[in-house]
Amino acid sequence: MKTKSILICGVGGQGILTASDLLSDVLLLAGFQVKKSEVHGMSQRGGDVISTVRYGDEVFSPLPALGETDYILAFEKLEALRNVNYLSKKGTMLVNDFEWQPLPVASGREKYPQHIETQLKKLAGKVVLIPATRLAIELGNEKASNVILIGLLAAHMEIDQQLWIDAIGKKVPPRFKELNLKAFEAGFRFRP
Amino acid sequence: MAKELLSGNEAIARGAYEAGVTFASAYPGTPSTEILENVVRYKEVIHAQWGVNEKTAMEEALGASFTGARALVAMKHVGLNVAADPLFSASYIGATGALIIISADDPGMHSSQNEQDNRHYAIAAKMPLLEPADSQEAKDMVIEAVRISETFDTPVLIRMTTRTSHSRSAVELGERQVPPVPEYKSDFFKRNLLPGNARRRHVLVEERLKKLAAFSDSFKYNTVIKGKKRIGVVASGVSYQYGRETFPDAHFLKITMPYPFPVNLFRQFAASVDTIYILEENDPIIETFARLALMVPGEGPEDPRRGGAAPHPKIIGKDVFPLLGEMSQDVIQASLGLKDLTPRFDCETIPKRPPSLCAGCPHTALFYNLNLQKINSRGDIGCYTLGALPPLSAMDTCIDMGASITSLLGIEKALAKADKTIKQVAVIGDSTFFHSGITGLIDVIYNKGHSTVVILDNSITAMTGHQENPGSGKTLMGEDAPRIDIVKLVRDGLGLEHTYEVDGYDVKAIKELLKRETLRSEPSVIVVRRPCILLYRKAKWSPLRVDSGKCTSCKLCLRLGCPAISSDADGKALINETLCSGCGVCAQVCAPNAIAFVDEKGLHSSTITLETYLSGDRS
Repeated sequence: MKTKSILICGVGGQGILTASDLLSDVLLLAGFQVKKSEVHGMSQRGGDVISTVRYGDEVFSPLPALGETDYILAFEKLEALRNVNYLSKKGTMLVNDFEWQPLPVASGREKYPQHIETQLKKLAGKVVLIPATRLAIELGNEKASNVILIGLLAAHMEIDQQLWIDAIGKKVPPRFKELNLKAFEAGFRFRP
Repeated sequence: MAKELLSGNEAIARGAYEAGVTFASAYPGTPSTEILENVVRYKEVIHAQWGVNEKTAMEEALGASFTGARALVAMKHVGLNVAADPLFSASYIGATGALIIISADDPGMHSSQNEQDNRHYAIAAKMPLLEPADSQEAKDMVIEAVRISETFDTPVLIRMTTRTSHSRSAVELGERQVPPVPEYKSDFFKRNLLPGNARRRHVLVEERLKKLAAFSDSFKYNTVIKGKKRIGVVASGVSYQYGRETFPDAHFLKITMPYPFPVNLFRQFAASVDTIYILEENDPIIETFARLALMVPGEGPEDPRRGGAAPHPKIIGKDVFPLLGEMSQDVIQASLGLKDLTPRFDCETIPKRPPSLCAGCPHTALFYNLNLQKINSRGDIGCYTLGALPPLSAMDTCIDMGASITSLLGIEKALAKADKTIKQVAVIGDSTFFHSGITGLIDVIYNKGHSTVVILDNSITAMTGHQENPGSGKTLMGEDAPRIDIVKLVRDGLGLEHTYEVDGYDVKAIKELLKRETLRSEPSVIVVRRPCILLYRKAKWSPLRVDSGKCTSCKLCLRLGCPAISSDADGKALINETLCSGCGVCAQVCAPNAIAFVDEKGLHSSTITLETYLSGDRS
């Protein structure tokens, strides 16, 4: 199998690294060779965060090449646009329909771009927007939005649903298990 | 054995466990921090500790090695500059128990002030260098390093990079070796580097390098991978992975021990190909050795097909590939003109998302005041370096750990010679002050400086993810420890009369102290105290609210650069209640009193004073 690439992006504090860990665990359970990269440090102070996951029969680089990523899972709309160049022309862009003003916008020095969805549709093979933050708040915890997004990704990948459920069970503390399974379900069953 | 997905740093820690390491020390620094944070998982069998800086950490590991114990010390690349003094001595002394030094380099400067290539240190200090290409190798190299260290009586340097440290891949777990039982035996000629002893040791160091060169030729992790074409790729570290993706048909010489360089292995490899691409991040270390290896007269590569000396293959290295930044499949292809990296969407057209001080950060009020009072600040290394970015824009210089205080003194003295002065302060965090700020402050006092040093004491090493330090009252292993009080240290220990303490949230008190102390013609220290807000997330205070009727859109609160504050279409302030920590700093800077605390009944009220608010049940 040709190596496939997934890029997860968003804002520091949104649970991106937990999501990419979970994804890697599932892919390992599914029998693939998996490599994952992430960047720590400065990016955790409200800056943009990227994590990439690559899987297949034999994976060398943990990083995808520009224009060769199969899926982008964006936790924030502006970050989806920022990373769109990584996506292959036929690639799928899964986006949390959520805007988080970066500091230059919040302080009034710059404007948050309009019509991100329209731009993404021109640049990606397929674009799906999901109100993951709102759905997570409805489930009672905004932090579960990352697992909702993972659920949406799972619905687009051909991996046994049970493997995702098993991996969530192993990854999250018992008291959050029910919430996270519900979150996964909400993302998995989401239809735009 | 079980396989687990581990980061390179976790794999180093696992390697330390399996190799029978019993002592590990480090000073935190991205991308190396998680090494010791994971070693401590094995605290039943490994003593793990934070040194106050990289030099102390390395010397402690060297001491442990004296007893025959296997020791590991980890740091980020610039940390090895701090530890360079013991590094060179350790090379002469050698290792009784294994001494493993991990340097995590940061090509691309994800969170560093430079992208120095620490492989140079192995060459300069004359010790073997290992460069793993993934997590499995990171673990394996610690085990190999222990063997090499004890066989050849040498410290071993392992170079990680941001990508190898922070990438995850499958690692096969193994059993722990039984560690040697430590015992201190005196060895004066080996460990006391008096010049007479050191001269004898240097002879042994040079002999050791020759033996290690022969070892490198047969080291099983310096491997040839056969390809189909007469193209060769010589690569180390994560560049090997990028190379395998880019040149699927090439022959590969994967170099895991770049120093001493496997000269003979390389020459054999060179004879089998017409072109060699050398892939390595930052400097041409392998390339230099490779070119030298083919320059020896009469020892050119033999080509059996032609029955004699063949022309040397063409070497493509840093003449084509960049010295700057990280390598990647894209960088390799673009360098060779095989891929156009012009993006289909121009990211320069959208707002950047720079990191910022957190909502409720106890450093914000200081930088806000420095900015308003136009005080020039000498910065240092930590979260607070973010005070350099707009809108706080209150940091003029940032050099290296501890340099805020010393550069301040240099500026002051140089200007004084010309009867000039500027309003300036040094800003340094608690951990950085312990690391290498104390010595600078002693310089200020001793040399009769009169500048002001601001120490931001949030009781933790925050930037790298909250590691304990001498002011935290806890050790890496979670034990209680004596808490070194910076105010007492400076006032009572160094005898600095003008030492003041102020609450990081008290905007007015900070303002007045800065005003008064920058005018003083004696040295002074202001310790701005308040624990890191991220440590107090659980005890969240109520968010503040804006009374839009009172808000005059003056935007003063936006100058705090607080991520929780933005403005609406009319320019009125807005507070994001999810992000707001309730620190109350914005309420103090709001001239029309439009930002208010919320009292326990949840009512909108501007009657609570800061004093009541700060003294309440909030910490």
